[in-house]
Amino acid sequence: MIDILRSEWTKIRSVRSTVWTLAVTALLMVGVAVLLAAAYKGSGDDPAPVREALMMSLAGAQLAALSMATLGVLVISGEYRTGGIRTSLLAVPRRMRLLTAKIVVFLAVSLVVCALASAGAAAAGLAILRPPSAEAGEAVRAVLGVTLYLTACGLFGLGLGTLVRHTAGALVSAIALILVLPTLATQLPGDWGRAVADHFTTNAGRLIVSGQDNGALGPWSGFAVYLAWIAAALVAGAVLMHRRDA
Amino acid sequence: MTAIRATNLCKRYGRTLAVADLSFDVEPGRVTGFLGPNGAGKSTTMRMILGLDRPSGGSALVAGRPYAELRHPLRTVGALLDAKAVHGGRSARDHLLAIAQSNGIPASRVAEVLETVGLREVARRRAGGFSLGMSQRLGIAAALLGDPEILIFDEPVNGLDPDGILWIRTLIRRLAAEGRAVFVSSHLMSEMAQTADHLIVIGRGRLIADTSVEEFIGRSSQGYVRVRSPRLAEVAELVQVGDLHPDHLRVTAMSPLEIGALTARAGIPLEELTFVRPSLEAAYMELTKDSLEFTS
Ligand SMILES: Nc1ncnc2c1ncn2[C@@H]1O[C@H](COP(=O)(O)OP(=O)(O)OP(=O)(O)O)[C@@H](O)[C@H]1O
Ligand SMILES: [Mg+2]
Repeated sequence: MIDILRSEWTKIRSVRSTVWTLAVTALLMVGVAVLLAAAYKGSGDDPAPVREALMMSLAGAQLAALSMATLGVLVISGEYRTGGIRTSLLAVPRRMRLLTAKIVVFLAVSLVVCALASAGAAAAGLAILRPPSAEAGEAVRAVLGVTLYLTACGLFGLGLGTLVRHTAGALVSAIALILVLPTLATQLPGDWGRAVADHFTTNAGRLIVSGQDNGALGPWSGFAVYLAWIAAALVAGAVLMHRRDA
Repeated sequence: MTAIRATNLCKRYGRTLAVADLSFDVEPGRVTGFLGPNGAGKSTTMRMILGLDRPSGGSALVAGRPYAELRHPLRTVGALLDAKAVHGGRSARDHLLAIAQSNGIPASRVAEVLETVGLREVARRRAGGFSLGMSQRLGIAAALLGDPEILIFDEPVNGLDPDGILWIRTLIRRLAAEGRAVFVSSHLMSEMAQTADHLIVIGRGRLIADTSVEEFIGRSSQGYVRVRSPRLAEVAELVQVGDLHPDHLRVTAMSPLEIGALTARAGIPLEELTFVRPSLEAAYMELTKDSLEFTS
């Protein structure tokens, strides 16, 4: 397995799309933090309390989620687009091993890069906003939350890429499930609609970023619900990958 | 040991039966040509052997085992299926490195095979910018990485210039001479006649012939003697075994020498006396004419 991990690491580091999507992620995180913080500072309001200051500093996560999902999609759809998947399967005919290696390497890359990007964003935002009391614990919790959230979104993309196999189709479904449908779900009527909306993908997953409840779920239970969605996509993708002709 | 064994292989795509009950063996130490017209099922058969496509029936064994059960398969089997199936953004070197690492092949082999196929100079260039000939060489480099005893090439000379064709032909011969099993597909008989020792011919997914090249040539070189003469009818009467055509006579049972002697004795002038050997291509066309998917 270590051989296959090494091989997947070579693959992910040797294409430009990886560098681009990771750079965009970092840029969005830090850029949005600086923009929002500077705008708030310029408005002349009282210094924001630490919680709000952190939220402003990490507000880029909603957009960065899409660049991470893009990377996740490309990790697998890039191989289907070029036919490189056949080369990969000749080398590693046990398909589930190949998929597992891709997931592990993606997780490692994503956790490191997203942690750095969100720590950078938090540092930049807080440096500008200078909240009255700075609690390190609060900041670390928020950075950790964003790191997990972004990585989960990337994993969602990887699952959808495995399922759909076409880059464009997988990207559209990722945007729909991460950005569009969660918002639409909040318009569902009644208690039942409310429950669906609360449990819908990023509506649940995002709680770990804010560290708050949405009524039905807390930060960790919300994240667990989001992981269940991701697991569904991954399992469906894995089953099809196992069965289909390459 | 038999390198590749296909047993009653079948593959169905919806309503098309791409491969039907195909059985054959590929032996080490020789080049086995896999021949058939377009759409005959050559690529499909190779994909099933390599575990990429799941057979609808039957089985394929490589070095005695299903491909997926080989540990480090690239050290046993090297394959070139589609030369353009490479992530265009990756350099040739990184492409090969990733393949090597997955099978625990030392990274030093990457430089070696790049040297073998003549791509050392462009090792750091993005594979997306490679010409077809260079891509083909990169694909072969990948196949050779694990120094495998079995090689499978799907139409390796497609789209190559004469230099490239000669290079691949020489390489294939060398690999077989080293004792490896080489299984190479083509839809050109002339190509196979120059490289293969053994032929497996299929049409519409079915086995048409499984024979040595010598035997195939022997069988197909039943030529005939073409005789032209202003007194053709008399010649026909004289030789008796001829097949009379409007402007010439075809004789299969006699040599030009015998016919010449006979007509000379009778004093019949001849315009032509030629032994006609049908080309291998013609023999192959004859063999596969019933199985063409598209006829013009
Ligand atoms: N993935 C697929 N889905 C549906 N039909 C397919 C698929 N792959 C191959 N076929 C069909 O199976 C038959 C055999 O195709 P295959 O590519 O194996 O032939 P081939 O001998 O390699 O031909 P060529 O010389 O053109 O490469 C053809 O009729 C083809 O249309
Ligand atoms: Mg083919």
